[in-house]
Amino acid sequence: MIHTQQLTRTFESGKETVEAVRGIDLDVAEGELVAFLGPNGAGKSTTLRMLTSLLPPTSGTATVAGVDVTADPAGVRSRIGYIGQKDGAGHNYRVWDELLMQGRFYGLDKQRATARADELLGTLDLEGMKMRKVSTLSGGQKRRLDIALGLIHEPALLFLDEPSTGMDPQNRANLWDHILRLREEFGTTIVLTTHYLEEADTMAERVVVIDHGRIIADDTAQSLKAEQAGDRITVTVGADDLPTAREVVAQAGTEVQEVSADGGTAISFRVDAGPVALPRVLHTLGDKGVAVNAATLKQPTLDDVFLNLTGRSLREGAEA
Amino acid sequence: MSTILDSAATSARIAHRSVLGDIKAVWTRETLTILRDPFSLVFSLIQPLVFLGLFAPLLAGVADDGLGFGSTLQFFLPGVVVMITMFGTSMTGANLQFEIMTGAFERILATPLARQALLIGRALKELTPLVVQALIITLVAVPFGFDLHPAHIVVGLLILGVFGVGVGALSYALAIATRKNEWAFWAVQQSLLFPLLILSGMMLPLETGPDWMQALSKVNPLTYIVDAERVLFAGTFDDSAVVYGIVAAMVTCAAGLWVGVRTVTKSIL
Ligand SMILES: Nc1ncnc2c1ncn2[C@@H]1O[C@H](COP(=O)(O)OP(=O)(O)OP(=O)(O)O)[C@@H](O)[C@H]1O
Ligand SMILES: [Mg+2]
Repeated sequence: MIHTQQLTRTFESGKETVEAVRGIDLDVAEGELVAFLGPNGAGKSTTLRMLTSLLPPTSGTATVAGVDVTADPAGVRSRIGYIGQKDGAGHNYRVWDELLMQGRFYGLDKQRATARADELLGTLDLEGMKMRKVSTLSGGQKRRLDIALGLIHEPALLFLDEPSTGMDPQNRANLWDHILRLREEFGTTIVLTTHYLEEADTMAERVVVIDHGRIIADDTAQSLKAEQAGDRITVTVGADDLPTAREVVAQAGTEVQEVSADGGTAISFRVDAGPVALPRVLHTLGDKGVAVNAATLKQPTLDDVFLNLTGRSLREGAEA
Repeated sequence: MSTILDSAATSARIAHRSVLGDIKAVWTRETLTILRDPFSLVFSLIQPLVFLGLFAPLLAGVADDGLGFGSTLQFFLPGVVVMITMFGTSMTGANLQFEIMTGAFERILATPLARQALLIGRALKELTPLVVQALIITLVAVPFGFDLHPAHIVVGLLILGVFGVGVGALSYALAIATRKNEWAFWAVQQSLLFPLLILSGMMLPLETGPDWMQALSKVNPLTYIVDAERVLFAGTFDDSAVVYGIVAAMVTCAAGLWVGVRTVTKSIL
């Protein structure tokens, strides 16, 4: 569905040259659900805008839905849906008018546009807002309307730039229900960007981590976490038991670290399958007469993956 | 669910597109801002009447040259119609700039609409109330001795329409070029608009002006539009001014669309 080769984009702003995207190679198959994850300014939106033909690449090639973005931008536009990062709905228009007009822009006849608009108002919890002027909607309501606009023609390939930003948990869940249903029923291919680590983790099957305009990791959330961070068990033991505990830990895991803690020394170590390893380790320690004062299991998040890859945390800047 | 479209049917529909249909779609969306806001509708109809109400007494004073009030109106009214067209269409870009800022324009750019339809549809929207305004001023002027020539007025408005699309497209290109600072749009728009209006002989005849003004007016396309409108509103088809007017309108329209479409496709929002 998508194939890019060394896609780059630089911007001249004043005397400065910003290398927003520096050589992206990406392949997305039909029906995939891919999330771009990365900090502010990583180049996520720029990549999406090149893939949607809104921005010509500085170099490299991209084929989207079988069409080359540089050679036939109009062809790309008729095959995709795009929900940008900014407000898509015109502030001076009414909700219903914008939906019907968007349908018309995509060539739907009035009857179909009306049916789709009605259905989307229901799914995205916007019923009763039909005649409201867009500028009077709340931030989350506006966002939901943007999503509805992007879905009106049910594209086979859908790009969403931070779709859930500003939505409350209930509406975010509704949005995901809708996105997942689209996939199930029509096999829609979906590429989205997000700042919400949990969202990328639980919803997308494939996470593409972007930093400084490059792809630094590309896999399922599960394997990224397993490979890049892994589960860590921490047990706290008193000074007398420390030598025995060290022996047990050395057998059970890797990357052992020790810090002093309340009730003695906290030994942490990495294991493959935390939930299975934890009871075993505790049992072994008990058998050897070690008194464990505290035990925790920490399973990694995508933030740990990012931290491990770049030495920086995504959380600090990202949620701002 | 029965309301869910099947994607194949959707793509089949997308195949039958025409630029004309796209223009109509863009025009329809833009026009909704007028239709949904009755106050702006009423205001846009009252405005030309206020215009005329303020001009008429002054004109009556000027008209003491023996030619009579009717003939002064005959000279002045076509100029006023051209002026409101210029005001309206040269502002096309201001609405666009707002939609660039909020993001609505990017959403529309991502649809398969033809790029030239984005410009033409918007310019035609600015022209729509102007046509109504022009008709109202003209009708109101009739009791004051203005000769009404409906067929000629229709041709005059068509020329203005073609010209207005060109001006609208240029305004649109200006809006994109100045999207980073709103004041720059107005600075350029205002500093071009007034010299163009004055140098077209729209308000006051230029025959008595200095040579350099007359020379500049010769290269101002608006001059030919104003002259053509005067001839047409006076009820004449058979005059070279009409031909020059048509040529000036078409050249402006072609140049405007060329610049406009280039700006849309080349620019980075
Ligand atoms: N039109 C532009 N002109 C100049 N620089 C730009 C332009 N658009 C983006 N950039 C720069 O390119 C880089 C990447 O921006 P981009 O919008 O792709 O980031 P992002 O990953 O989407 O970030 P965010 O999470 O904040 O949305 C940034 O440094 C940004 O300042
Ligand atoms: Mg972005």
